[in-house]
Amino acid sequence: MKAQFSGKRITGLRAVVPETELRFDDEVDNYTFPAKQTLRLKAVMGYETHRVVKPSTSTSDLLWFGLKGLLDEGLLRREDVGAVVAVTVTPDHLLPHVGSALHGLAELPEDTIVVDLVQGCTAFLHGLLQAFLLLERLPEGKKVVVAVGDTLSKWVSTRDRNSYPLIGDAASIVVVENGGDDTIRLDLRNDGGRRDSLKIPAGGSRLASSAETSELVDSGDGNLRSLDNLVMDGSAVFTFVQTDVPPLIDAALSGAGLEKDDVDYFLFHQPNKFMLRKLSEKLGIGYDRVPMNVVEKYGNPSGASIPLVIADNLAEQMRGDALQCCLSAFGSGLSWGAITMKLGGMEFCDLVVSDL
Amino acid sequence: MEADIVAFLGELHPETDFSKSQDYVSDGLLDSFDLVSLVAMIEDKFALFIDALDIVPENFASVDAIAGLVRRSGGGA
Repeated sequence: MKAQFSGKRITGLRAVVPETELRFDDEVDNYTFPAKQTLRLKAVMGYETHRVVKPSTSTSDLLWFGLKGLLDEGLLRREDVGAVVAVTVTPDHLLPHVGSALHGLAELPEDTIVVDLVQGCTAFLHGLLQAFLLLERLPEGKKVVVAVGDTLSKWVSTRDRNSYPLIGDAASIVVVENGGDDTIRLDLRNDGGRRDSLKIPAGGSRLASSAETSELVDSGDGNLRSLDNLVMDGSAVFTFVQTDVPPLIDAALSGAGLEKDDVDYFLFHQPNKFMLRKLSEKLGIGYDRVPMNVVEKYGNPSGASIPLVIADNLAEQMRGDALQCCLSAFGSGLSWGAITMKLGGMEFCDLVVSDL
Repeated sequence: MEADIVAFLGELHPETDFSKSQDYVSDGLLDSFDLVSLVAMIEDKFALFIDALDIVPENFASVDAIAGLVRRSGGGA
């Protein structure tokens, strides 16, 4: 789907990470592979440190930490919030929804629209699309809060070297409102035929979690995981990103009348350093315009990747003059997308560490 | 170049006898993370870039296949 919007802008962005920082070097012995072999991946993949929430922390806790801070600091007023769009693949419960939790905790008015979406790595792009659509109809002056967060560490085996070193829990609160006259172009794509490339087999209506599904077994590749855990076909996902994402980005830039050199920053989902390095090479973009340092500091933040990469690398610039950016995310679904838009002139843009 | 590749394989899996395999990947001697490690080793050693779309199992099936990949990527004589 291609869509075009004008007169919409992001006016504030806050990323949230938990305080617990795990070091890859300390986890090497968790895996069945020889330590030397595992450590070789450190530099290539960007394994260094990653952040995970405490066992008692839910996704809405992390999101509420971010939203509450904005309300308490006067950066966002309750009466200005016309809608909350919450996007996650790791809800607190099947019911109630994360968006409802935020609505209740924030004591927002009853006429505030609450939308809950299920999306993984492309969550932020889907959240922005909903925000842009809502802003077409909301009363003058109303803002949309896009709340994206995941706590996937709870669904990944600590004995799975394919996934656990990369996992990073994170959340973001982004405020979107009407204003300005810049054009935003968005292109979102899906291929449900490849949906099993990223999967959590148990825990839904297909297969309920049970003592049986929680049993760790050798998956045949040396990794230990259960049916309650995320399983990823790394080769398929790598090929997907290198095959399907570059033409999408080329098409998005072309549709916006932009050359690659016109773009100040390419702000991508942060799966791992190797994949981003190869994607940059495939696109012919210098590494300096593709921030890829999030994985080594926080892990792969799933849906909150793009807000986190912005907050960690460009917080100062986001409060200054607008930069031409190309946002792109890709992952579970399979789903992938790109947005060309200008970012800048924000009222706030920061990264906060929660005690959660 | 072939000697370098043999050395890389030995470094990755010193316990494995690669000479008995016709296809390192389908025989399970190399997994996708090994391919990532090999790509990094090759790029460092030969100062080249391997195209992402060339990182497929068939290009890592044997020493000859890997050497062919290196040559196509602009490395070696």
